[in-house]
Amino acid sequence: MSAFTAVYWKEVRENLRDRRTLINALVTGPLLGPVMFIMLMNVTITREIAKADRLIAVPVIGADLAPNLVAALKSAGIDARPALTDPENAVREQRADIVVRVSPDYAKAWNKGQSVQVELIYDSSRRDASTPVMRVRSVVESYGRREGAMRLIARGLSPTTAWPVQVADRDQATSQSRSGLMFSFLPYFFVLTVFLGGMYLAIDLTAGERERQSLEPLFVNPVPRWQILAGKLAAICTFSLVSLLLTVGAFMTAPWFIPTEKLGIALDLGWRFSGQVIVLMLPLILLLAALQSLVSAFAKSYREAQTYLSILMIIPILPSVLLSVIPVRAEPWMYAVPLLGQNLGIVQLLRGDGVPGWQLGFCLAGGFVAAALAVWAAAMLYRSERLAISG
Amino acid sequence: MIEVRDLYKAFGEVRAVNGVSFTARDGEITGLLGPNGAGKTTTLRMLYTLMKPDSGQVLVDGVDAYTDALAVRRRLGVLPDARGLYKRLTAAENIDYFGKLHGMEPTLLASRREALIDGLEMRDIASRRTEGFSQGQRVKTAIARALVHDPRNVLLDEPTNGLDVMATRAMRRFMRQLKDEGRCVLFSSHIMQEVAALCDRIVVIAHGRVVADETPAALLAQTGQSSLEDAFVKIIGTDEGLAA
Repeated sequence: MSAFTAVYWKEVRENLRDRRTLINALVTGPLLGPVMFIMLMNVTITREIAKADRLIAVPVIGADLAPNLVAALKSAGIDARPALTDPENAVREQRADIVVRVSPDYAKAWNKGQSVQVELIYDSSRRDASTPVMRVRSVVESYGRREGAMRLIARGLSPTTAWPVQVADRDQATSQSRSGLMFSFLPYFFVLTVFLGGMYLAIDLTAGERERQSLEPLFVNPVPRWQILAGKLAAICTFSLVSLLLTVGAFMTAPWFIPTEKLGIALDLGWRFSGQVIVLMLPLILLLAALQSLVSAFAKSYREAQTYLSILMIIPILPSVLLSVIPVRAEPWMYAVPLLGQNLGIVQLLRGDGVPGWQLGFCLAGGFVAAALAVWAAAMLYRSERLAISG
Repeated sequence: MIEVRDLYKAFGEVRAVNGVSFTARDGEITGLLGPNGAGKTTTLRMLYTLMKPDSGQVLVDGVDAYTDALAVRRRLGVLPDARGLYKRLTAAENIDYFGKLHGMEPTLLASRREALIDGLEMRDIASRRTEGFSQGQRVKTAIARALVHDPRNVLLDEPTNGLDVMATRAMRRFMRQLKDEGRCVLFSSHIMQEVAALCDRIVVIAHGRVVADETPAALLAQTGQSSLEDAFVKIIGTDEGLAA
């Protein structure tokens, strides 16, 4: 085993001297996720909060026909702006978020006690306009309900006659599970960090050695190739593990920088969360190290390996994307699928649901089986005659 | 001692080595001479167990290279065609790495490393990182790291390739020293003058076959030529791919 430690320490020492590897493993990789996360959350939160309280101005067509409705809007912080000539186009061209059109026979119908139409012109595909639309709609609807109740009372009827069924919302989401929804892309950051942490090492230790023509002299030493591979894999795993620890540590500080209490959500990224994330990620560290070595071993040069690995980097995004596009119920087998299992587990942790023992077991077992297969494939490739030949 | 018996190796349609046999003895320098592409590097790669011959046998000090590859590698010091060094390590660290892979004790490794650094006159570069080394400095480092475990048999693939005159002379001196220490030295070259100046025995390879295996004097006698250069050209049939 002395060959294993010799390879391991040489690779660690050599790569500690390489600025590019160090920056990637210890700075860019671990900090990219938390910094992007904090910035994104802050931008979203400030925007949402600003929209909810801000005075907004909405063009109202036929405002003079419905002075009471306009007054109701104004009391809710919505100012009526002068009418536009072509409201549909104005919304389409994003000159207005929403336009209110009061029907021309509003006054006449109102006085007769008939129902009248108030049109809301908006574009539901524009997400940034959804808050103003919601605000205007709720003001108009509650104004209508209030006026309806007044009419019933005026006719000597109880307002409840008109609304035999009342809807009462009982949302079971906890403040933590709401935050879980918002942070569902967080698992990807952990995977990405592990990937970036080991990537340059993996390239250097296979394609790099080949390109520098140092693999042939290395294989002439009286050491079985699997021991050389084991030492290299251990070095890659060390770097990606350090990356993961750094990024988890950086995420622990995230709640200090995000005003989560303003949104009424809780963000628990404490020791318990961090510890469980690290355990969940352990199989991925080995799996990715082996996959990266395998892919790099196919490449003839450093650059070629870099290209292959950037393609490989897309794969870990897939579970996150899939889960957000097709929100499926988690089936037991899914926990045993590497990447998918980690994704589900980390989102559950964020929601505050915890990960039961059997799910953790599935995650680790599935991950380590996949990792073992990848290591075996890499070992097979290392045995091949052509691997060492640079020319 | 290295014995090669009837080696064959083909890459697809190309028969790189087509029945090569020879013996390199202890205390002698054996030269493997042949034009570029004659199969020298492939032959050497089979000797140091990087490649498996399609058929034939390699014995190093009587140990079969394919039944016990690790034991054979322990008996060999190899300067392969590829001389890549680790550029972020110093020359001394490069040497130490290979010593550790051979499982050497730290004290033995240190004394052996220092002896090689002196023997190869590379004291001035020993603690420098190898990035930016000249060709000569690289070859010295590569040889030191190949010989750190004090092997009885030394294989050198084109050891003077790319070296200037001074470095070439130093290299030849070093090879004679290895011979005087009683080691078996086998080196390949496509430079006739070099082979003539150094070798006790010359194995000429062309088109994957051994076309001559003699002492320099016997080669002259056999071909009836007065210079070794003419003798080689006569044996190989052409001077293509050779250098004076």
